[in-house]
Amino acid sequence: MLSLIVFLPAAAAAVLLLVSGTAPRRVFIGAWIAVSAIDLALVVAVWLRLVPGGGFQFEQRADWMPTVGISYHVGVDGLSLPLVALTAVLFGACAVFALRETRRVKPYVTLFLGLQTVSLGLFVALDLILFFLFFDLSIVFMYFLIAGWGHGERARAAALKFFLYTFLGSLALLLGFILLYLAARPHTFDIVDLIAADPLAGGGVYAALTLFAVGVGLAVKTPTVPFHTWLPPAHTEAPATGSAILAGVLLKMGTYGFVRIAMPILPDTWRQFALVAVVVGVVSVLYGALVALAQTNLKRMIAYTSVNHMGYVILGVGAAGILAGTDEQARQLATTGAVTQMVAHGLITGALFLLTGVLYDRGHTYDMAAYSGLAARTPVFAAVFAVAAFASLGLPGFAGFIAEFQIFTGSLSAAPVATALAVTGILITAGLFLLAVQRLFLGPLRIPDAPGSPRPFADLHRSEIAAIVPLLAVATVIGVLPRFLLDVIEPASRALVELVAR
Amino acid sequence: MTGASMMNENPGALIPELLLLGGAVVGLLLGAWLPRCRQWLVRLLAAAAALAGLAATAAAATRPGEVAFGTSYAIDTLTHATRAIVLVAVLVALALSVDATAGHRRETEFVVLLQLGALGTILLGGANDLLLLFAAFLLASVPFYALAGWDKSTLGTEAAMKYYLSGAFLGVAMLTGTAVLYGVGRSTAYGPLREGLTVAPVAAAAVGLVAVLAGLLFKVGGVPGHFWVPDVTDGTPAPVAAIVTTIPKIGGLGAMYRLLLVAIPADTIDWPLLVAGLAAVSMTLGNLAAFFQTSVQRLLAYSTISQVGYLLIAVAVAGRAGLAQPALLFYLAGYAITNLGAFAVVAALPSARTLEDYRGMARHRPALATALVVCLLGLIGTPPTAVFVGKLTVFTAAVEGGFAWLAVVAVVNTVASVFYYLRWIAPAFRSAAEQAPPAVLESGGAAAAVSAYACAAAAVLLGVGAGAVLPLLSPA
Repeated sequence: MLSLIVFLPAAAAAVLLLVSGTAPRRVFIGAWIAVSAIDLALVVAVWLRLVPGGGFQFEQRADWMPTVGISYHVGVDGLSLPLVALTAVLFGACAVFALRETRRVKPYVTLFLGLQTVSLGLFVALDLILFFLFFDLSIVFMYFLIAGWGHGERARAAALKFFLYTFLGSLALLLGFILLYLAARPHTFDIVDLIAADPLAGGGVYAALTLFAVGVGLAVKTPTVPFHTWLPPAHTEAPATGSAILAGVLLKMGTYGFVRIAMPILPDTWRQFALVAVVVGVVSVLYGALVALAQTNLKRMIAYTSVNHMGYVILGVGAAGILAGTDEQARQLATTGAVTQMVAHGLITGALFLLTGVLYDRGHTYDMAAYSGLAARTPVFAAVFAVAAFASLGLPGFAGFIAEFQIFTGSLSAAPVATALAVTGILITAGLFLLAVQRLFLGPLRIPDAPGSPRPFADLHRSEIAAIVPLLAVATVIGVLPRFLLDVIEPASRALVELVAR
Repeated sequence: MTGASMMNENPGALIPELLLLGGAVVGLLLGAWLPRCRQWLVRLLAAAAALAGLAATAAAATRPGEVAFGTSYAIDTLTHATRAIVLVAVLVALALSVDATAGHRRETEFVVLLQLGALGTILLGGANDLLLLFAAFLLASVPFYALAGWDKSTLGTEAAMKYYLSGAFLGVAMLTGTAVLYGVGRSTAYGPLREGLTVAPVAAAAVGLVAVLAGLLFKVGGVPGHFWVPDVTDGTPAPVAAIVTTIPKIGGLGAMYRLLLVAIPADTIDWPLLVAGLAAVSMTLGNLAAFFQTSVQRLLAYSTISQVGYLLIAVAVAGRAGLAQPALLFYLAGYAITNLGAFAVVAALPSARTLEDYRGMARHRPALATALVVCLLGLIGTPPTAVFVGKLTVFTAAVEGGFAWLAVVAVVNTVASVFYYLRWIAPAFRSAAEQAPPAVLESGGAAAAVSAYACAAAAVLLGVGAGAVLPLLSPA
């Protein structure tokens, strides 16, 4: 079942490669939408049949390279399934959004389908090398998307920076995986076996180095301060759908790695260095928010809010490792909040990036100063953007609030000062989103001119509405009726907290 | 040589080697009589010999390891793997060179020189005696000097000259080293040599070892024996460059592995540290020099120097990590197929010499561009290609063997290498507006392109199927 979900997009891509590039572009986009819909339906089926708290389910395991302890091992639990679902939803939204894409549609769709396989595969992988394979390939596919469909020469430079940075991270991760492999007796790369074995239970320098390598690898991808410098140019220069996937799915690969690998396999060391995660998280929260506040480029601003939002996740997983002065319930709340935040950020920021794509499509610039008073000309766009902005700043009623509230409540007893500082991050993001909404939509109408005449500035098209509104609708449903999501996450995060505390 | 070992002079143990030799000799005679348009028969014969050699290797690999001709030639997993990889590489080289050499005045010479050089390389991998090692060194070198000058162009002649001179210089060093080791170790056979060296003066033994390694480093094109690599690779036609940067490495690294593991006691001479240092320097220098190259063949030349660095890691941990031998052999197999694939792409576009010439390639030759991307990403070590599994096992062996710092150096170098491989990939995918005039991207023929597709596919399949191959490469 999981293998079908993972490899269906890749199989579709292989078939599409055989179709002539001169075929109407609707063939390619249509196939992508259909595949995404099927995948989503399959994920929903898995969701309905998942037993919360039942550990890994829908497992499949086959020997791959038995001499070096590598197997093809997939499975889902309450931590990974929400992210699998997020991936399916977000790729579906991007497929619909891509209906208006006209440039080299065949390679565009095949690359996205490949990326879809890779992203889904990462979240179900239960073998370190399988995880690494998907982790690395996500970089390759995203590189080609940014370089090929981004904004010109700067996009290629940004894509190169993205590739080099995240590749360095992925290789640091590989070194950490090798250290884990060598520490376990018998040697294995299997995540489930490694969790059970807890090979580095004693701590020490070796364990610290292992966590350092894994942590740096994941931190680059997340990204946290000080490894975030690849993110703003990559986001700014990528096409809208690329940014949405980059922010919505690829960043989650880093944070997911913490809850899937770093915390359960290295519990002692994680507890030892949890304070580092808390500090890095808070610094990311504040730095991301403050730098975002200073941006005049809308897309860059949203990119920096990603650093801010991922900082909350790191704060949450760090707090889950601090035992002193906390009870299990608080740590569990922090972990659940962190996973919820991954989903919430994926949905909301995905929607925001698609919306900036709409803005660029109409005005050919991300400079906020070039726009004013758009609410009068494009009321639907303004309304949807405002909803997304409010959702992103953590207004109650949206998914972001549920997530951040849990993180703060769970972290307060573990790290009161850090949590108090992090809460100010919410204030800053609230300010900057309100400022952005005010600059773009209120005041006298101003639209960047094309040479000669003002650009026609159309409101959201039907396909754009169909892509963006469902993302915000899901974010709202999670915000109002979060139980369906929390019922899946909570048992898994309880299990994780127990693993970390052992 | 003892009386008992006289019994093992069984030519049947050397069928793959004899097939190569026979193919070369018969091919040379045949070529002398055939008209130019029928010289393809020689190529066919060579391919048949290589295929038969592969079959013989597979059959031999099912038998337990042995030592043939006294103690001079070992027939074990290392030799079997060397044979198999070299023979596959010969087949690929025969295929990718069809466009450039078919119907050429010296087509037969090309094929025969390739076969003889490959024979020398296999002997390097199996040599278990310093004298045979040096003889194999000569046999693996001389045909390739001639091959470098095969097209008689100005650059090719210069390349052959440079290749020959560095080979002669380092070959003499190797011979001197052999003499020194024999002098202090009182034997040229690896087993007794090890016993002799445990009581020998360390300084003299170290000098002898370094001199022998110098010759082998020349063969594999590793620092400091790498000076010929850029000029030969850039100055010769792509098929020749593909051969001289791929095939000698296979046997040369096998020879280093066997020599150090079997003949040199690590507690007397700290060769692991020496080789680790060479590995670090080789990968770093190769990478740094590759950074701003504009010629694709020169870029690939420096890339091969850095790849030798990664391969040397496995040699450095020989005997200290269980994965050392499978890692070395698997990496060699992956490297050979991936590197040949990259050169096959170059051979398929003979007019495109610089990185800029590849502009717009994805539009004109989408399949070839895909093969190029697979091969270059493969050389970086992106999963699931073969070199990724090679790097994974090599890094694991390095950490296990106590050279974690070397694994870190290799990781940093791998990231750095991404930069120059992407400098090649990026122009190939430039959009239509800025594409190169199609003349530069004119096809050199179908054979090279088909070889490139096959190599790219094989690089991925070998990586995915690594689980089946790796167990075969462990020492018996």
